[in-house]
Amino acid sequence: MNRIKQLFSNDSKKLIVFITAGFPEKDSTKDLVLEAIKGGADMIEIGIPFSDPQADGPVIQEANEIALKNGITLLEIFEQVKDIRRQTDVPIALMGYYNPILKMGTMDFIKKCKDAEIDGVILPDLPLDESVEFCNNLKDKNISPILLVAPNTAEKRIKKISKLAGDLIYAVSILGITGNDLSSKNNLENYLAKVKENSETPFMVGFGISSNDDVEWFNSFSNGAVVGSAVIKKVLKDRKKGVVENFVKSLKK
Amino acid sequence: MDSLVKKYNMPDKHGHFEEFGGKYVPETLIPALDELEQEYFKSKKDKNFQKEFFNLLKYYGGRPTPLYLAKNISGELGFNVWLKREDLNHTGAHKINNALGQILLARKMGKKRIIAETGAGQHGVATAAAAAKFGLECIVYMGEEDIERQKLNVFKINLMGAKVIPVTSGSKTLKDATNEAIRDWVTNVEDTFYIIGSSVGPHPYPMLVRDFQSVIGTETKKQFKDITNNELPDRLVACVGGGSNALGLFYPFIDDDVKIVGVEAAGKGIDTNQHAATLTKGEFGVLHGAASMLLQSNDGQIALPYSLSAGLDYPGIGPEHSYLQKTKRVEYSSATDNEALEAFKWLSEKEGIIPALETAHAVAYLKNKNNNIKKNEHVILNLSGRGDKDINTIAKELGIEL
Repeated sequence: MNRIKQLFSNDSKKLIVFITAGFPEKDSTKDLVLEAIKGGADMIEIGIPFSDPQADGPVIQEANEIALKNGITLLEIFEQVKDIRRQTDVPIALMGYYNPILKMGTMDFIKKCKDAEIDGVILPDLPLDESVEFCNNLKDKNISPILLVAPNTAEKRIKKISKLAGDLIYAVSILGITGNDLSSKNNLENYLAKVKENSETPFMVGFGISSNDDVEWFNSFSNGAVVGSAVIKKVLKDRKKGVVENFVKSLKK
Repeated sequence: MDSLVKKYNMPDKHGHFEEFGGKYVPETLIPALDELEQEYFKSKKDKNFQKEFFNLLKYYGGRPTPLYLAKNISGELGFNVWLKREDLNHTGAHKINNALGQILLARKMGKKRIIAETGAGQHGVATAAAAAKFGLECIVYMGEEDIERQKLNVFKINLMGAKVIPVTSGSKTLKDATNEAIRDWVTNVEDTFYIIGSSVGPHPYPMLVRDFQSVIGTETKKQFKDITNNELPDRLVACVGGGSNALGLFYPFIDDDVKIVGVEAAGKGIDTNQHAATLTKGEFGVLHGAASMLLQSNDGQIALPYSLSAGLDYPGIGPEHSYLQKTKRVEYSSATDNEALEAFKWLSEKEGIIPALETAHAVAYLKNKNNNIKKNEHVILNLSGRGDKDINTIAKELGIEL
């Protein structure tokens, strides 16, 4: 069984932490990921930096810019993940945009994911209609394609998306980009209930989740909460060792 | 044409031009694109919509634009150069055709807020005009670098009551303005209509922008026949950034026996790393919602394009152009900054017509030694815009202070 499927097979509350690869220094990835795990993260998303991150707000945009200035490449990210894998069994998903993957070649990318023991792939600009072949190729290698749904996704489509994904889907909490403010809890509750009812897989929720209260609240309506921009924001402010670990601890307590 | 020959019928129902095109967007935008597609197909069949659109083009936009035989340069070149005078449109370029079409869709869909991206500012001006006419709120995203290059257009946009939001991320040009517009749209998708300015972006945009612009080619075909009694011209030429003025002229001729040429911006030369010649030098990729040819690094990062003209300074190109290149239906050439500058001065001096810097790239093709244009050929060039907006850039290049 792949690690993501295994993790989401139990009912415990889950915290998923997002770290941009190659940020703030090119070789920071491993340290920050291990800090997040030490702080209590149940799963890690590693962001592949991209020059034109259209689904991201200013915080993750800045992290992307810094990482690209540091010269991080997709090939190096695979090496970093291999290195991280030697020290942890926590599920790791890559999150990025489609173009760098296309440039590498999708089959080559999937093979490298397999070699680096990556458990899932999240591509916000590759929606259902364009991703069938790619998702099936990932699943052939026992890697989970984590497709996204949004508050305006129709019920039927949630079903279709979760069916293709197979193991886990990612519910975007808001109409918007990463780091935006959350909408009213009332709207959110209705939306998450709709996802729960229609999804054939467990689902995690992300975008705009930044505090312990948020994490608690989202976990009571879903199978996991993703914190991204809030973590990156901490690192942008203070690069000291332990910042990520302490913040993740505060989210998990 | 042989009736057995299959008529051009692109894109397919999923918005693909074979491997190009499609909808590579965040899930949040899928319902909006589906809704837009439905509304568009409905409007296409709706006689009242079509009538309203053509009346707007006529009485507000100033159509039809003339097809003009440029005798002085024709005499010099030894073939007939016909200029399709899109520069005479309201707001100074072909962009108004598309802005008016899309704003009618926005109204039908009940959207109250209009957003747009702009490079040279022509699309920003056209959208601001259309939004002012229909009393809709309008936000225009524009790269900081382009704001500097195109101050006059920024001023015009503001005069018409729209707001210009400077974009400071990335290269601070058109590609970044487009990213920002997409982010806005994802966030405000419920009440906002995104008027994309070229035949780029996710389906159905490349198709509907082409269709709204194809009034250029449809008019041209009729005008050429009426004036010359010839069935068809020999060759069509247009500049290509995203590619909407080119497709507007080309599309109605696509099944005809006419040679078609698109001219990209070669900046400082296609053998330097400072150009915007996407089809000449790019590779397959995905940006801004569509699969197409792209200027990119070995690691799949989007490359910073360069052209003296802000309207061609874009690392991608409309997916249909990638398809037309692949199938060899259209030939793609390029012109450097210097060639465009020379052409800009040449057309101004010889014909008394100051072209936009973008358009000057197409004009430069006429003098390209490798164009193989035969004596007495009839060449139609899409004079897509006027050069008023470029006066500061040109003066600077010529070392003149205004």
